[in-house]
Amino acid sequence: MRIQCPICGSRDRREFYYKGDALALKRPAPDAGAEAWDDYVYLRDNPAGWHSELWQHEAGCGAWLVVERNITSHEIRKVTLAEDAT
Amino acid sequence: MVELIAKSACAGLLPLKIGGLLAAEKDLGVLTAIMPFIGQDKAASDMLKAVHGVTLPEAGRVIGDDDTRIIWFGRGQVLLAGPTPSTDLAQVAALSDQSDAWCCVELSGAGAVDVLARLVPIDLRASAFPKGHTARSMIGHMNGSVSCLGSDRFLMMVFRSMAGTLVHELAEAMETVVART
Repeated sequence: MRIQCPICGSRDRREFYYKGDALALKRPAPDAGAEAWDDYVYLRDNPAGWHSELWQHEAGCGAWLVVERNITSHEIRKVTLAEDAT
Repeated sequence: MVELIAKSACAGLLPLKIGGLLAAEKDLGVLTAIMPFIGQDKAASDMLKAVHGVTLPEAGRVIGDDDTRIIWFGRGQVLLAGPTPSTDLAQVAALSDQSDAWCCVELSGAGAVDVLARLVPIDLRASAFPKGHTARSMIGHMNGSVSCLGSDRFLMMVFRSMAGTLVHELAEAMETVVART
């Protein structure tokens, strides 16, 4: 699997660190309430298909990326810098 | 005051000559990480040009010579190698002295690119990675920086604590490449 880093270009998967769902970028307001925070911290959709994920180019430029990856085929259709995605 | 003698990262480990390949420690001088503040890239580049004669390199590029070299070192970060940085730079960028933090090794000789092909998971052939190109990637299992300084001349940098591992991995790759030629 290769990931197209917007800064470094196409790189091997081993250079990247996987964080989890890109939902982490959508942090609720501190006073959003228990339900919103419960959803943010614990609840994830897990479709057999496209996921939006956070990866870090750890062994490369260090940038955090939002990667759209199909978990059934590992096809990647879009990679953006996390700073541009928020 | 006691005059202390600095011990380099690869003291006692290099140089290493195998076949026509040479791995030697490279003294890059003072190393300073320069991280321009948001929106200050141009100001930092202009100031670097005025004070040290080099501009801010774009991603994946290295500029300069052995006296003053500036290496792209990651997102929003470059490494100035050589001179002590002007304190004026602190107005436009965060500066951090890294002089003793890195192990710097130059690999040269015909076949150097074949040695690195065994260690670095990117295309370093001259067609894709000519002089003036640099990359942050992996060297073996170590995170590091690789720059092309010329034909069959590469600069490798890893964390100083990894110096022994780098020399071991390099020696193994150099031996296997030479054995096949």
